[in-house]
Amino acid sequence: MSNELIDFVIVSIALLGIGIYGLSVKRNAIRMLFAVEIIINAANLNLVAFARFIPHSGGQTLVLFSIAIAAAEVAVGLSLIIVAYRMYQNIDIADFRSLKG
Amino acid sequence: MVDAAFLALSVITIGSAIAALEFRSMIYGSMALMGTLGGIAGFFLLLDSPFIAMFQIAVYVGSIAVLILFTVMLVKRELIFKKIEDPRRKFAGIGLMLILMMGLGSIIIDSGLRTIQTNEPAVDFRDIGEDFLTYYWPALILMALILAGAVTGALVLARREDVEDEQRAN
Repeated sequence: MSNELIDFVIVSIALLGIGIYGLSVKRNAIRMLFAVEIIINAANLNLVAFARFIPHSGGQTLVLFSIAIAAAEVAVGLSLIIVAYRMYQNIDIADFRSLKG
Repeated sequence: MVDAAFLALSVITIGSAIAALEFRSMIYGSMALMGTLGGIAGFFLLLDSPFIAMFQIAVYVGSIAVLILFTVMLVKRELIFKKIEDPRRKFAGIGLMLILMMGLGSIIIDSGLRTIQTNEPAVDFRDIGEDFLTYYWPALILMALILAGAVTGALVLARREDVEDEQRAN
């Protein structure tokens, strides 16, 4: 294998940085969900890369669990966004004020 | 040294991750997100884990990205094309991203990870199946329950009671 572990880790760090940028700058609820997806994928890439270089099957098993949980998270997150959109007719999270309690 | 496939995949993945967040139209944004998720699947193939790559394409590109695309289509047209962000925070966000990348990157590059290489054979996907059914079986059942609960919860949340009441009245 010509690729080394560090290359994959650096790509994963770049994706993590982009995801954190999206979470901190964007106020659009759906785009924030995009950023969360990018961060989860960076974590999965890291897990598979380390599992390949040890090598051990535990990392891949954990990634399968992580992908399934991420699918559940997206389903619930999107339905929450839809409910909030129906209430406020907007997807700007600065408008979701009554959530403050 | 990295090979050409790795370089192309990293350009596709990182470029479309930036595009997913920065395209004005959210529909193109979600298609760019599909590019990112597919690029990650390509990395999994490079890492000799074809089973995970298949799972990634089936779950992420096939269902999550399409679900996001349909949700974007449910939103009003003006909102799809409007950029909703804090202009003041933009530079702070870019600065935070660069600091994080440089900090973590320099730590990782200086660490001992740099010398790690392997010539051992990749993990067989049969081992993953065995793991699932022996050591991780409680987690597998718990995950199935969580998925069922999450999907039911999503359906209950997105249900419109006012429309249903009207239909019942008619």
